[in-house]
Amino acid sequence: MGKTLFEKIWDAHVIAQDEGAPAVLYIDAHLVHEVTSPQAFATLRERGLPVRRPDRTFATMDHAIPTRIGAVELDWPDDAATQVRTLRQNCADFDVPLFDIEGDIQGIVHVIGPELGVTQPGMTIVCGDSHTSTHGAFGALAFGIGTSEVGHVLATQCLMQKQAKTFAINVDGALGHGVTAKDIILAVIAKNGAGGGVGYVFEYRGEAIRALDMASRMTICNMSIEGGARAGLIAPDETTFEYIKGRTYAPKGDAWDRAVAHWRTLKSDEDAVFDRELTLDASALEPMVTYGTNPGQGVPVTRQVPRASDLDDPAERRSLQNALEYMGLTEGQPIEGQHVDIVFIGSCTNSRIEDLRAAAAIARGRRVANHVEALVVPGSKAVKAQAEAEGLDRVFSEAGFEWRGAGCSMCLAMNDDKAGEGKYVASTSNRNFMGRQGPGSRSLLMSPIMAAAAAVNGCVTDVREIL
Amino acid sequence: MQPFTTLTSTALPLRTENVDTDQIIPARYLTAVTQEGMGDGLFSWWRYARDGSPNPDFVLNQPQYRGSKILVAGRNFGIGSSREHAVWALTQYGFRAVISPAFADIFYNNSLKNGLLPIRMPEETVGRLLDLVEEVPRTSICIDLPTQSVTLPDLNDDTVRNLEGPWSFDIDPFRKQCLLRGLDDLGYLLDKEERISAFEAAASY
Repeated sequence: MGKTLFEKIWDAHVIAQDEGAPAVLYIDAHLVHEVTSPQAFATLRERGLPVRRPDRTFATMDHAIPTRIGAVELDWPDDAATQVRTLRQNCADFDVPLFDIEGDIQGIVHVIGPELGVTQPGMTIVCGDSHTSTHGAFGALAFGIGTSEVGHVLATQCLMQKQAKTFAINVDGALGHGVTAKDIILAVIAKNGAGGGVGYVFEYRGEAIRALDMASRMTICNMSIEGGARAGLIAPDETTFEYIKGRTYAPKGDAWDRAVAHWRTLKSDEDAVFDRELTLDASALEPMVTYGTNPGQGVPVTRQVPRASDLDDPAERRSLQNALEYMGLTEGQPIEGQHVDIVFIGSCTNSRIEDLRAAAAIARGRRVANHVEALVVPGSKAVKAQAEAEGLDRVFSEAGFEWRGAGCSMCLAMNDDKAGEGKYVASTSNRNFMGRQGPGSRSLLMSPIMAAAAAVNGCVTDVREIL
Repeated sequence: MQPFTTLTSTALPLRTENVDTDQIIPARYLTAVTQEGMGDGLFSWWRYARDGSPNPDFVLNQPQYRGSKILVAGRNFGIGSSREHAVWALTQYGFRAVISPAFADIFYNNSLKNGLLPIRMPEETVGRLLDLVEEVPRTSICIDLPTQSVTLPDLNDDTVRNLEGPWSFDIDPFRKQCLLRGLDDLGYLLDKEERISAFEAAASY
């Protein structure tokens, strides 16, 4: 029997497997940010340990930092400034390369990793952040870890892991106009549930996936964790190699040819068997919008918010009722036309140049509705510079969107970008949990073009009507 | 890590599904550079009114559940962010075990690394435990890790005992030993130094 892509990468990285113990897995690249690392570096100090492979460790700052253009560090909130200073000190003390906000390269850790070519097929990649699954778009086994594990990887470049089961997500057919990668993943999670992938690694396959560019593939893999899977994978192909070629950390010359030859073997064998499978028809998908407080609570924009009476499971019913009470929505109401107060275009899910181009195409020549506050937060300094070179910042500004610096911003509201109590946020981010985007905030997750359309109309809009 | 062997305590019923780590500890508590102070932020959105006063409707603030070291919750507990702060918040508040039909993977792993025992039990059983501790808050639950069992020691009546446990639960044997002995992974991994170096040399890392 053949092997799945996951099994190939797993097997190539297990360095020890003692009887009755989890496997010891070697980690090729470790990404570090300011929020989940300080206590891990503290553990190293307590035990007098160095970082084993600073050359395989990459740090940046993204979660806590303000993104307002011109926000000077002296004016930052004390706690954010302390975290950033702590990260600088830790990176200096342990010789870890840091992509500092003061420098030219900085951004959301899951945007800059691929941008720099750190992310490569067949690698194992971890970070103290659940959206590390993003890097699976390159055929890398990438997953989020806790701070204890960050310490383990810093000290030993290894982790103790139990092998996950495999779950094939087949997306056949072609996406319709105005339907995007974000809609694929929101549809997958709506179908399979927020906990449906627990214990599994997803592998996204099929014609619709092969047709996607790397930014779109990253959007899909990014939200694997929202479906309960710690990691999501897409087998690398010409699109992947084309993206990586020439990037800072990409192999060069002969090493590049050897790498590509190896990368071409990184796909599930024809006769490989997955523990579970799910198949979706891309051509039947519509733009998706979430109505609830977990990412599995989403519907096509043409549909209504479900009714509790439609659900058989009492727990699901309770979950729906709690969600609708928090969201201030009614059972059976059409999701289209739902009022929005704030529009957030950004996050590790949807802040790449392709996302911004798509959103700008909707914004161009239109105006953000009067009652809406809209912000666009590029995923990295490189994305920001590219967008500015293409004039996208002006398109957004002229339409009434606020243009920001790179960072996580209103995706998790641990910086100063917070939505107010009771406000509806049309958001391109990944989580609609209660209070996620600010105390009492109500998130409606959607694609960048859907969010741009919501900004213009001031309510949830089927973007296909204005494309 | 604090070892875990047996625990007898009352339990706090949290009849909610998909409790995400943003609910367990909101992002604004993540700005710390140490592990301390997380207990105050536990379930902060639910626990405090917007003016910071305790919300009397939330179970954590109800006197009959004060001092409970066991949390019983709906399915998919701990979904979302990888923040280990969620586990630190639970342990610093005083919890030593969480019972739920299903846990998110990262939360489950983080718990085991901090001496917080996550126990998966069937949905129906968790439902009955929730009913029981809501109805009789003084109900003691006994968790015995060596035998991997959960019992209700107060219920001596044979009929009730037949209805209510004992229940057994699964845990990875290696993780069980780590919990019983209070060991973390770091020592084990550091002992693999030779293997790690050999792997790096062979793969020309």
